[in-house]
Amino acid sequence: MSADIVIDPITRLEGHGRIEIFLDPGGGVNRAYLQIPELRGFEKFAQGRRAEDMPQITSRICGVCPMAHHMAATKALDDLYKVEPPPAGHKIRELAYSTFLVEDHALHFFFLGGPDLLVGPDAPKARRNILGVVDAVGLEVGKEVIGVRRQLRALMTAVAGKSLHPVFGLPGGVARPLSKQDQEESAAAATRAVNFGLFALDAFRKIVLADKAFVDMIMSEAYTHRTYAMGMVDAANRVAFYDGNLRVVKPDGTEFLTFPAREYLDHVAEHVEPWSYMKFSFLKEVGWNGFTDGVESGIYSVAPLARLNVSDGMATPRAQEAYEELFSTLGGKPVHHTLAIHWARLVEMLYGAERMAELAADPEIMNPVVRTVPTAVPREGIGAVEAPRGTLVHHYRSDEAGLITFANLIVATQNNAARIALSVDKAARSLIHNGKADDGLLNRIEMAFRAYDPCMGCATHSLPGQMPLLVEIRDSDGALLGEVRRD
Amino acid sequence: MTKPKVAFYWCASCGGCEEAVVDLDEDLLAATSLVDVVFWPVALDFKREDVEALEDGELVASFINGAVRTSEQEEMVALLRRKSQAVVAFGSCAVLGGIPGLANLYDREAILSTVYREAPSLEVPATTFPMKQTRVDEGELSLPTLWSSVCTLDDVIDVDYYLPGCAPPPRLIWAALSALVEGRLPEKGAVLAPDVALCSECPLSATKPEKLSVSRFRRPHEFLADPELCLLAQGLVCLGPATRAGCEAVCIAGNMPCTGCMGPTTRVTDYGAKALSGIASLLAADDDADITARTAEIVDPVGTFYRYSLPASLLRQRVGETVGNGAIK
Amino acid sequence: MPDTAGLVKLPEEMAAALATDDTAKQPFAPTIVAFFCTWCTYTAADMAGLSRMAYSPAIRVVRLMCSGRLDPQFVVAAFRHGADGVLIGGCHPGDCHYQEGNYKALRRVALLRSLLGQLGIEPQRLRLEWISASEGEKVQRVCNEMAEQLRELGPLRLGSQGLQAEQVQNGHQEYLSIDTHDPVEATTP
Repeated sequence: MSADIVIDPITRLEGHGRIEIFLDPGGGVNRAYLQIPELRGFEKFAQGRRAEDMPQITSRICGVCPMAHHMAATKALDDLYKVEPPPAGHKIRELAYSTFLVEDHALHFFFLGGPDLLVGPDAPKARRNILGVVDAVGLEVGKEVIGVRRQLRALMTAVAGKSLHPVFGLPGGVARPLSKQDQEESAAAATRAVNFGLFALDAFRKIVLADKAFVDMIMSEAYTHRTYAMGMVDAANRVAFYDGNLRVVKPDGTEFLTFPAREYLDHVAEHVEPWSYMKFSFLKEVGWNGFTDGVESGIYSVAPLARLNVSDGMATPRAQEAYEELFSTLGGKPVHHTLAIHWARLVEMLYGAERMAELAADPEIMNPVVRTVPTAVPREGIGAVEAPRGTLVHHYRSDEAGLITFANLIVATQNNAARIALSVDKAARSLIHNGKADDGLLNRIEMAFRAYDPCMGCATHSLPGQMPLLVEIRDSDGALLGEVRRD
Repeated sequence: MTKPKVAFYWCASCGGCEEAVVDLDEDLLAATSLVDVVFWPVALDFKREDVEALEDGELVASFINGAVRTSEQEEMVALLRRKSQAVVAFGSCAVLGGIPGLANLYDREAILSTVYREAPSLEVPATTFPMKQTRVDEGELSLPTLWSSVCTLDDVIDVDYYLPGCAPPPRLIWAALSALVEGRLPEKGAVLAPDVALCSECPLSATKPEKLSVSRFRRPHEFLADPELCLLAQGLVCLGPATRAGCEAVCIAGNMPCTGCMGPTTRVTDYGAKALSGIASLLAADDDADITARTAEIVDPVGTFYRYSLPASLLRQRVGETVGNGAIK
Repeated sequence: MPDTAGLVKLPEEMAAALATDDTAKQPFAPTIVAFFCTWCTYTAADMAGLSRMAYSPAIRVVRLMCSGRLDPQFVVAAFRHGADGVLIGGCHPGDCHYQEGNYKALRRVALLRSLLGQLGIEPQRLRLEWISASEGEKVQRVCNEMAEQLRELGPLRLGSQGLQAEQVQNGHQEYLSIDTHDPVEATTP
């Protein structure tokens, strides 16, 4: 029996997917499944490639967040070659990365998930997009959104070679130093970005928080799950994107774990379901206990709201104010309302802009020494960053010639995959009651995943390809009834 | 007068080609005043059923990016082909197969094993795998079939125009859109990009020696390249001489060599073989020992010369006997 | 790929040579496309013929002005269109009619062999020999040797590469052996 209601394809996100909704006899929802039908095989075809090509090859996992993969790969190469970049190398990387963070979060808020809030979840299909946003906020504001993005993209091109699939990452640093013009442009772009970040938060207050219907929606049980959260933090437990340890907090907000990214295999594992190509990450120490939330379930979340929940604050002043405002408005830490991710994303966007300004003003960034040539024989390397969409780990092994022999990637959205599945299912159950679902209602179900700003291309970098080999058939008590083998 | 209708779609894609359209910036708003975008999953909420409801040929053009490797992608591109007057293969994946095409170096047995049996992060025991049909408590779910080979768009449907690049430069996208709207697209089969090699656009071309000869190839991390001197002359494998222009040589401006994403000019059938020929010709080596040493410095020829174009190449994939279930022996 | 027909056409002799269908033959008889430089190897092959030095019918000769004219695209095209091996014959180092052509051939073949190896094509399938105009006997020896070697090695199995686009399109790539009417139980969610 195939699904009763199908949303195909899901829209306003990166990647492919469809939602299959099964109804019960009463017209309510039995279960909703988010299936991801895509995969390409990066972890396999990385084998045999030159290690130094990995930043440019893995960036093709995702054209929306190529800088994230490029950076995680570059850091993995630092570790592979045991080479430490000079300070200017780190700073140029972080400048480009902060610029990307602002641009990517802005893209999501204005182009992808945000239109649901700025234009309205039930607005006609043809208006729920950037064009509808421009209508809603006015052409001048619309042009500023586009203009800021253009300036940030141009800056990334100047600093990283290309904004879409950067080229500057190498083990031990970056490909070339910053010019005086680049630095001046960075400072100007940062100032504009900070103002833009403040404006976006203000727009959120005026359009979303001032609207009771939206606030009710955000706080509703339909869009709430109480899970663990993971994110990168600096030495003072503030949100970090470029470097730091990974910290996990429990659903009640207390610390559960802190570990260096190098130890990810001790703490994170992947679960597979036969109905999706996307693997579901979970916490090993808690275990996979099915699609449920709570402290007994190893399901956790990453990305903006999780990062804010995990941290003790933001590392820049105005973002810190915005952080405090978010938590005091929503009733303290931790916040489990999925739609609040949109707000947390804007707090992070402001942080990114302030960080750009700090780096642009740092004289060290102009040092012409931006790379250390490696001398060690490459062996194994792990690099991690916070992609806008979550924790991202690249793990490589190579032979002595620096050709990749092994690659394992834990990619941002797959950390959220299980929670996204929960969110879609719960939203469907809460919203569909008499077997009917019009376009607006179905869009409200899609809003349940869109808040995460998922990147399904990232989450399904791998390629299962062939047939399943072994399936265990169990009864409802978990007893093994039999096996089916396909070779 | 109604605006001409266009669609954008993605197959085995990273979404970068979508970003490139968004990179039209203000021109994107201008574009939407010229055309009606009726399907664009990254940005608009139109669904498959909306495409199915169109008349055949109702779309003036579909811009399709991504390589083709699943049955779902095959169905969608066939659907869009029916509904479109013209189809543009958009981006290097659709034109040449792209970086996902490197999966053609491996057979599915090995790929499956890597992801679902060997990945160290899998839960133990690792016994579940994605399946074409799954029965769950509530009913049945299906996933698309995967092909044994990554294909270009024109392997699967008739393509009218090609716009290469990873991703296509916004300048070329705008030129293509304008030509479409103004009814001045060239003859069918044309590549919508300049037909000269990248060296003609390169900021370092004045420093390229008349007679280029490389005594040693070096990898980018092995030394600090001089950003003011032809990268090929410094021993980096820069594929500019073999690659189509149109991107304004941004990678070289970033002090990194060209990796060939724009593909070949019209004078070449198999990009990788021709690029290899050009690089080999530059070797300053005439005896067997020298030639062996130089050749060994190019450690990953397929990843270097066919990075974006393996599915479009004459050999397409690693050779071997294909058995019934698609595994390659 | 955009259509470039006419720009790199298979030399007509090669296309004709490969058009014969040998696939039904038992035992396996290899097909070798030989690119011979006109100034030396081709002349030597001519001489071998005139002197009744028979060499394997596996060899299909294509005449080039110089081994330096050998475009690696010719080699991959030959494999794509049915060759089990490719032989290149040029002038000895120092004797090239155009000074440097044979050195270029040497470099290209070396790099090409490395690339083909990554694609699963054994090194013995691509061979480069220096054969002067008077070395008819060498033509005979090399051709026979290569034919024998390839007979042992077996045919080059291209899998889907050898198929036309329509075949690629028409689902020969289905990997499934599962019967869609017999779905398998999922594990407990």
